[in-house]
Amino acid sequence: MKNVIAMLLAAASLTYAQAPGPIALRGARVVTVSGPILEKGTVLLRNGLIEAVGENVNLPKDAWIIDAQGVTVYPGLIDALSTVGLPETPPQPTTPRTETPATPRFGAQDLPVPVEQGPEFRPFTTTWVRAADLLNPADRRIEETRSAGFSSVVAFPSTGIFAGEGAFLNLSGEKQGRMVVTSPAGQYVTLASHGFGTYPGSLMGVIAYIRQVSCDADHYKLELQSYATHPVGQKRPNYDRAVEGLLESPRLLLPADDAKQLDRMIRFAAELKRPAVLYGGHQAYKIADLVAKSGVPLLVNLKWPEKSKDADPDQEESFRTLELRDRAASSPAALEKAGARFAFYSGGTAAKDVRKALKRAVDAGLTEAAAVRALTLSAAEIYGVADRVGSIEPGKIANLVVVKGSLFDEKAQIRYVFVDGVKYEPVPEAPPSGDREGRAAPGGVQ
Amino acid sequence: MNRFALFPLALLSAVTPSAGETTVIRNATVLTVTKGTFQGSILIRDGKIVEAGEKVLVPDGARVIDAGGQFVMPGIIDCHSHIAADSINEGAVAVSSMVGIEDVINPDDPDIYRALAGGVTTANILHGSANPIGGKCQVMKMRWGKDAQGLIFEGAPPGIKFALGENVKRSGSPGNGFGASPGLRYPASRMGVEDVIRQALTEARAYQKEWRDYQAKLDRHEQAIPPRRDLRLEPLVEVLEGKRYVHAHCYRADEILMLLHVADDFGFKIRTLQHVLEGYKVAGEIAAHGTGASTFSDWWAYKAEAFDAIPYNAAIMVRKGVLVSLNSDSAELMRHLNTEAAKAMKYGGLNETEALSLVTINPAKQLGIENRVGSIEPGKDADLTIFDKHPLSNYAKVEKVFIDGDLYFDREKDLEERPGKDARKKALIDKEKVQEKKNRKKPEPTEDKKSEEPGGAQ
Repeated sequence: MKNVIAMLLAAASLTYAQAPGPIALRGARVVTVSGPILEKGTVLLRNGLIEAVGENVNLPKDAWIIDAQGVTVYPGLIDALSTVGLPETPPQPTTPRTETPATPRFGAQDLPVPVEQGPEFRPFTTTWVRAADLLNPADRRIEETRSAGFSSVVAFPSTGIFAGEGAFLNLSGEKQGRMVVTSPAGQYVTLASHGFGTYPGSLMGVIAYIRQVSCDADHYKLELQSYATHPVGQKRPNYDRAVEGLLESPRLLLPADDAKQLDRMIRFAAELKRPAVLYGGHQAYKIADLVAKSGVPLLVNLKWPEKSKDADPDQEESFRTLELRDRAASSPAALEKAGARFAFYSGGTAAKDVRKALKRAVDAGLTEAAAVRALTLSAAEIYGVADRVGSIEPGKIANLVVVKGSLFDEKAQIRYVFVDGVKYEPVPEAPPSGDREGRAAPGGVQ
Repeated sequence: MNRFALFPLALLSAVTPSAGETTVIRNATVLTVTKGTFQGSILIRDGKIVEAGEKVLVPDGARVIDAGGQFVMPGIIDCHSHIAADSINEGAVAVSSMVGIEDVINPDDPDIYRALAGGVTTANILHGSANPIGGKCQVMKMRWGKDAQGLIFEGAPPGIKFALGENVKRSGSPGNGFGASPGLRYPASRMGVEDVIRQALTEARAYQKEWRDYQAKLDRHEQAIPPRRDLRLEPLVEVLEGKRYVHAHCYRADEILMLLHVADDFGFKIRTLQHVLEGYKVAGEIAAHGTGASTFSDWWAYKAEAFDAIPYNAAIMVRKGVLVSLNSDSAELMRHLNTEAAKAMKYGGLNETEALSLVTINPAKQLGIENRVGSIEPGKDADLTIFDKHPLSNYAKVEKVFIDGDLYFDREKDLEERPGKDARKKALIDKEKVQEKKNRKKPEPTEDKKSEEPGGAQ
């Protein structure tokens, strides 16, 4: 019986989601981001796009008019680095070849074969894995994230050194193909070392490995070009999926949290001669000018460092640790002041706590305008989709968040989130466990 | 920042229009190491030593540091250190020449400041000794407060770590810090170590030829695409061409000779032998090969291959004509290399200048930077350490350290600043406590549930 209800609810929400003719939000405060704020504006949506925005918009007769007085309309928020919409267990990267050989030698059980280092050796690398191919519209985090005001996330496979290609997703959560705004959005790179027993096992090993793969990609391109021009009488280049994946990624996402890492990765990106985006940025307050000067965009992690709940109260902490906790949230303000390009990602902050985290950045000096921009248009620009999303402009995708009051008032309620012109109402917070069927998320229909 | 206090520069700039800082250290006992010892002054301008002598005219506007009763020596140089890097060993492979310290410089490492407090101004930061051929080294100046690039000793010849013996063969060393026991990797014997090095250098030769052939094709105006770059072999080609210095970790006499033979076979020189505790047994051979030795004064017996050591090692090698330095290999030992040098006077009878050379001009020569640092001579970098007593005394304390004429350590200033630093820290702790209290007063209704929230994105 319960299931039947769930199905009915799911079906209802589906029809509801598909139906809309033109929708008009009338009399709202409209934060367009790309232009001036309209104190009494109207936004007209049709066919999943923004048709018009302004103080005087002629509304078609068939428009469903939502009286939006007292609410603020923002572009839908974008989580610029996420795994929402991807399966919880990502594909395993190729394991390095230090495993026990098939035939034990010298009678020993566990003698390893030496690690290979040739051009075919690609440990912890799945450059070719595409987030867009892995989407799980039933991921319940889609609804949680959307309920917090996000219309989009940029989701990446996250395991390995070259983890794979991300996709810019709309959280419409119905059909995989409809969710993808652009793919590939970039290649997610980590500098995680994997222990002493494998190559690369150290930070410098990982950096050297990335550098080698990048060199190989350049060489591969030359080989392919040369072969394409004169295939006859030439040795055929080997197909290399690792390098293919790197070459088709429009940008590398490189981790950089503290000042020295930011400095290091800005230099590394310049050396690799590949477009890059940094993520982390908690100590950007220290070198915001350098970040600005480099022109490399930075995704700032909204999960501000906190004292561990289990910390020993008698354990003395270093000045650096204390200072970082005190000042991390001032990084966005410093980046704004320096004129750096930056956006935000939730980085493990529960979706519902994102605004709290954002408020800390505002309290530390970030202007509200810059905060909104970092969560919307800046993220779209960084991923090259600012012509489609990120601001409230005619012709753009109808991604909006409608807040009763201001986004920066923690208590202000999010009324609606529009994704591709479809209106979603935030669901009340998930109960701790069980009772899942009751939540007929649009994602549940798949 | 009163160390850059402004002074009337009008007159000075009339003489030298582009003059920057001018400093005179006077009334000091100056231990030049290469040009004798005297009571006098050192004139520093634009980061360089301009003049050092008994009588030096103090230019108008110069900052004057009175070092009456104190001793100035060249900044100490440590030929073997592992500080200021975020990783040291790339251990699963027998040849890790593709990695380099330059990629992981950590300018925030407080050991840099502590090294300064021990009078060290330059150090060679090496890859660890996990592999027969290890990673690339980086010579750094201890410019505490600068970023990673600011630490690099600009223009210092590049280096690479080689290592022999127990660390790299790792037989019977499960869980010795180099990984769990299944990680026993070839080579497993000293024979294997030689094989790995020969094999890698042979590959490097072939790689070198590949590029030469490519260049020849280009010279003949033939169509060609460049060979695949191999970042592991590139540094080894530089070794074969004498462009990259090999600093080889070793202990035993037999393996020292082995390595010298390998280098002879491949036509290059080992720049330095590191640790080289049995160097005294083969000092003649080391000298004949033109190889430097960088050893410990009296640190040994921490493993089997390091047992047959004597405190006379450095002095014997010096007397046999080897270019010898004393190094630290330890962030702690790094802070008193001056007294390490002094031990070579007690054991082996080196004179003061010879002893000081072990931690100044000799390591400078070993690192190929002796035209810049290692002694107090006009034209050299103003990298200077002022001790309150003779640096070869174990009562001596470092008072001030200059690098490129800038004051990077000042004992007095350090002591003065401590209460302020403590206060700043306490303020942060208090601020956090106030915040915590505030949060506790008005608990969020959802607070309890927070921990059960599904983990976030990343």
